[in-house]
Amino acid sequence: MLLDFFLSLRRANIPVTLPEHLSLLQAMAAGIGTGSLSNFYTIARVCLVKDESYYDRFDRTFGAYWEGRELQFDRLMDEVPDEWLTRQKNREFSDEEKAAIEALGGWDAIMETLAKRLDEQDEAHHGGSKWIGTGGTSPFGHSGYNPEGVRIGGKSQHRRATKVWHERRYKDLDSDLELGTRNFKMALRKLRKMAKSDRQDKLDLEHTIRSTAHKGGLLDIHMTGERRNAVKVLLLIDVGGSMDWYAQLTSQLFTAAKTEFGRLEQFYFHNFIYEGVWRSNSRRHTERVSIDELQRTYSRDHRLILVGDASMSPYEIMVAGGSVEHWNEEPGYVWAQRLLEAFPHCTWLNPEPEERWPYTQSIGMVQKLMDNRMHALSVAGIQAAIEELKKPRVASTWE
Amino acid sequence: MSATYIRTEAIEQAVAAARTLSRPLLIKGEPGTGKTELALDVARQAGLKLHQWHVKSTTRAQQGLYEYDAVSRLRDSQLGDERVKDISNYIVKGVLWEAFEADEPSVVLIDEIDKADIEFPNDLLQELDRMSFDVYETKQTISAKHRPLVIITSNNEKELPDAFLRRCFFHYIEFPDRETLERIVHVHQPNIKKDLLNAALTVFFDLRELPGLKKKPSTSEVLDWLKLLVADDIPAELLGAEDLRTVLPKMHGALLKNEQDVHLFERLVFLHRQRSRGK
Repeated sequence: MLLDFFLSLRRANIPVTLPEHLSLLQAMAAGIGTGSLSNFYTIARVCLVKDESYYDRFDRTFGAYWEGRELQFDRLMDEVPDEWLTRQKNREFSDEEKAAIEALGGWDAIMETLAKRLDEQDEAHHGGSKWIGTGGTSPFGHSGYNPEGVRIGGKSQHRRATKVWHERRYKDLDSDLELGTRNFKMALRKLRKMAKSDRQDKLDLEHTIRSTAHKGGLLDIHMTGERRNAVKVLLLIDVGGSMDWYAQLTSQLFTAAKTEFGRLEQFYFHNFIYEGVWRSNSRRHTERVSIDELQRTYSRDHRLILVGDASMSPYEIMVAGGSVEHWNEEPGYVWAQRLLEAFPHCTWLNPEPEERWPYTQSIGMVQKLMDNRMHALSVAGIQAAIEELKKPRVASTWE
Repeated sequence: MSATYIRTEAIEQAVAAARTLSRPLLIKGEPGTGKTELALDVARQAGLKLHQWHVKSTTRAQQGLYEYDAVSRLRDSQLGDERVKDISNYIVKGVLWEAFEADEPSVVLIDEIDKADIEFPNDLLQELDRMSFDVYETKQTISAKHRPLVIITSNNEKELPDAFLRRCFFHYIEFPDRETLERIVHVHQPNIKKDLLNAALTVFFDLRELPGLKKKPSTSEVLDWLKLLVADDIPAELLGAEDLRTVLPKMHGALLKNEQDVHLFERLVFLHRQRSRGK
């Protein structure tokens, strides 16, 4: 059963491994997290999730898996060997307590009172006071005694816990989330990684001295890698309409990372690539740079990054004269292909949420054109895009 | 800082798990949410000795184990010093060595592990797993007499390797909600007036909500700020009142650490005044 839970986490693309599952079992064997589902939730998260960006996904998966299985969890805990549950032993009742239960009018009556009590306490809980775990004095708190396994303490705790994982407090930390100010910094960090080179060409003075001393005075030279800002970036951003906000954001993002690049050139386009792009939005009609000029001016080793929602009418891509702004002699895809040929290291960042992509025909077309190199404009997407840009592409003149 | 640290239930469990299974506990969270404080508190509460290892960008894993001071040995050999014959004279013990050697269980804090080189955590894998390491120069093996509780903090500046993460327990300290924050404040400033605290926290949470803040003020900042407010005996009314501007320079330096954020704050102050005037 716990293994099923483990597998469901893996299905949710949370990187959990068997050793981590085993350490969860070890923790439970030591009596940690066996008391209730909410305890289990905390300890499972401590053992299995190693990055806060997975917290939200973990919460959702946990909720989906344990919803309706609370009793099974309790039973599971009943099945485990005694030494696992030393705490549970303490829950055994004295005869007086059993008598007290009888005094309340037998089981059915208790259940009724319990339901009422639960309601009351739930309200009290909303008020902010912490009543969970204090029920030890009430006869209800100990009902683990019942063979049916209805355990009030556990149940109520679970309620609170359900709230915890249903609150989805870690939503902002999910790296699949689209780019915003919150995860801007993370994205920047990823971007900076792109600029690292590991060629060993600098004398490591300290290491050389140390190692020379180590060898009793025989010269022993060591080299080290230097951080070089060798990456050149050509950034093409879609502007207009819904894209404006993202255009600004991406532009900021790359400008912030500018010192890390050897060169950063920024251009704009509208909806799709045609004959030319422009540098400044205010002079877009007067000062255009043609695609041919881009090809001539910038060498093949520039990383081309296109940013756009790729949501438009298919005609704008496929047909001559399809552009919404001017009469284009040649269809957009021809221009895009030229651009891709000129710059083999290329990726497309799309601010549209990835799950909506299949519903827009033009996104599929662009994705095909890009040879599946379109990624979401999220931290995870940027990372994937950077991996893409690092890969050597075709047998080109590249380095 | 004072003697108490407010631990949430989740932190409690994470620490318990790490102690019971003697696994390293990795703590992440916004700067200023008390990651380092937690380690200090765990040691204090359990009455254990704390070994601190503050990591810098130049720190190497080996330094936590031991260092071989080859340079002084070279110098000694030139001077014909007798010590030069025994290599163990030049072995300098690191933090982990001292913790392993200790006669009673202890807590090891590896602070800001993300500051170091990307390979740093990988270089410590075996040592933290087996809690033992070899000293090649003297052919010794140092193993822990008592497995220390290792607490590692990270500010998320670099990603940590998967193999390392797999061996750790992980807890993310989120920013406390208002209720918890009030409890924390009470521990540090037991005598603070209730109305001042309320007014200050309202300003503070508004401030955190401000979009576009470069560095959101965190727990440690609000504590510093409140300390200033209390020290200057600023009445609560001043926080939302007309002459707020005159008090502002005295305190906002504790909360906001860069110029752009200060500008934003001034706008918030302005809005506050407008609002109170509207009432």
